[in-house]
Amino acid sequence: MKKMSVDDKLGLNKFYPDEHNPHIEIDPDFTDEKEIMRVVKACPAELYKYENGKVIFNHEGCLECGTCRVVSGGKVVRVWHYPVGSMGIEYRQG
Amino acid sequence: MQDELQDIGKKGEVIVSDDRFDAIIVGAGLAGSTAALTLAKAGMEVLVIERGNWAGAKNVSGGRLYGHALEKILPGFAEEAPIERKITKERISLLSETAGTTIEYADESFRKPETASYSVLRSKFDKWLAEKAEAEGAMFVTGIHADEMIVKDGKVCGVKCGEEEMEADVVILADGVNSPLAQSLGMKKELAQAETAVGVKEVIGLEEKVIRDRFGLTENEGCAWMMAGYPSDGGIGGMCLYTNKESLSLALVLTTSYIGQSELSVPQLFERAKAHPVVAPLIEGGKLLEYSAHLVTEGGYNMIPTLYKDGVLLAGDAANMVINIAYTVRGMDFAIESGRLAAETVIKAKEKGDFSASTLSAYKQMLDNSFVLRDMQFHAKAPKLMEHKEIFTKYPQMAQEIFSEMYTIDGNPRRHLLKFAKPALKKAGGIFKLARIGLDANKAI
Ligand SMILES: Cc1cc2nc3c(=O)[nH]c(=O)nc-3n(C[C@H](O)[C@H](O)[C@H](O)COP(=O)(O)OP(=O)(O)OC[C@H]3O[C@@H](n4cnc5c(N)ncnc54)[C@H](O)[C@@H]3O)c2cc1C
Ligand code: SF4
Repeated sequence: MKKMSVDDKLGLNKFYPDEHNPHIEIDPDFTDEKEIMRVVKACPAELYKYENGKVIFNHEGCLECGTCRVVSGGKVVRVWHYPVGSMGIEYRQG
Repeated sequence: MQDELQDIGKKGEVIVSDDRFDAIIVGAGLAGSTAALTLAKAGMEVLVIERGNWAGAKNVSGGRLYGHALEKILPGFAEEAPIERKITKERISLLSETAGTTIEYADESFRKPETASYSVLRSKFDKWLAEKAEAEGAMFVTGIHADEMIVKDGKVCGVKCGEEEMEADVVILADGVNSPLAQSLGMKKELAQAETAVGVKEVIGLEEKVIRDRFGLTENEGCAWMMAGYPSDGGIGGMCLYTNKESLSLALVLTTSYIGQSELSVPQLFERAKAHPVVAPLIEGGKLLEYSAHLVTEGGYNMIPTLYKDGVLLAGDAANMVINIAYTVRGMDFAIESGRLAAETVIKAKEKGDFSASTLSAYKQMLDNSFVLRDMQFHAKAPKLMEHKEIFTKYPQMAQEIFSEMYTIDGNPRRHLLKFAKPALKKAGGIFKLARIGLDANKAI
């Protein structure tokens, strides 16, 4: 089976994006690289990036697992909710 | 964080619904729909609130369903339900970087309904179960997220969704592993990293015939395959594979506290595992159908939260009812049984007209006497067993060294088994370490 990027994998999923309503909020001023890198490595959807000493996050493509919240222990991820009803990922296999 | 978790509802005018239900269930997964089915059958008015656009739209599992729990409620369910295959073959492998040692076990008794297990895809299966509950009269509202609990004088009496409030005598929280709602009530703590694993999963499409040939199966038979060692890169975890009708479910489960210790990210570890010489041929030619992720609790019995309070009960993953014991992951049969028992408790409470914690405590007693907490308690030491790193690191290598010498015939002088097995065992930590792990395993699994 050929190797695929996470972006390509997410491209096969069905999403109802809620563009202007992020359900996860990060602390943009948090700078501890080690902690940030753990969250970057943890997210199955690769939605966290570490660039120029800062954490960057985009909620679109979120698989709604909760891993980032658990791994960050309240540090990088400040607020974590599910998206509002009916928005976000829709699994057709499960 | 806790405050923020509660601060979900949109501000504005509150609409209090005139309809009052006997019970509100949050979440139409296996726990929620089973509870709804049981309550509706008993003639109770029940409302299920599900955030997905249909029951199953948000749900992910490994997934093999042990049929026994549902068999009690819907005998012969597998004849009609959208199951994938009946599991007739179990395989377990220890993978080192370049090799794999596999044990296969097949058993006629796996075919009997009481002991059978089935591969399932949750988005189809949960939808079917919800429809069963609906047919009994349960009311489902989908695409609605329950934002907040309504608590009056310390008693839970409903939920708030956006600007609407819905009230009931009792609420069953079957909202899955994260359960911010149970957290907001102080019934469940935030999931601890050492006790929580992330599961990343791919459903990989393959022709039906290819699956049969590749795994040596007849038409409706299936294979469950657990793999430990290389996939988790020295961390606690492993990979599982289940054959579906026309696809494979392949998932990597990794304890979250380990993340960051490996150079690789979770998605990279998954890709690495897929390229392993034992795994790659199994998925060769496959087409990715879906990529998903979900948390699994691993703390077992010691992680069971407060199960009831005035006006509220927790069932399934919301109550951390999962065991991960290397050769299998179980949570779906626990979700079904706890959903049923939560409903039975509510039916009795309704007869008494009392939904206080003291009446609802019957739930805990029923769970204690059921396979749910009995099996969870039985395997209570499994999380400790998994802390022996050798299982994931050195033992796959040891197996490789032993079997490699046994099976490599190249004209070089042969040695007796003990000659090469002993040094391999020594390298892996020695006989006493193995004995210690053996003893721990004996107590845990
Ligand atoms: C990778 C992996 C492999 C696994 N393998 C197996 C296996 O092989 N066998 C097995 O038995 N178990 C397995 N499990 C465990 C099993 O999947 C779970 O135990 C089971 O799904 C729990 O069911 P549930 O009904 O309690 O929760 P869920 O299936 O999570 O259902 C919760 C429901 O609540 C809804 N919801 C959540 N919050 C809200 C809200 N606020 N408002 C409205 N709706 C809400 C969700 O959309 C969802 O429908 C595995 C788990 C994972 C992650
Ligand atoms: S919930 Fe899961 S998929 Fe979404 S951002 Fe967090 S880790 Fe990534």
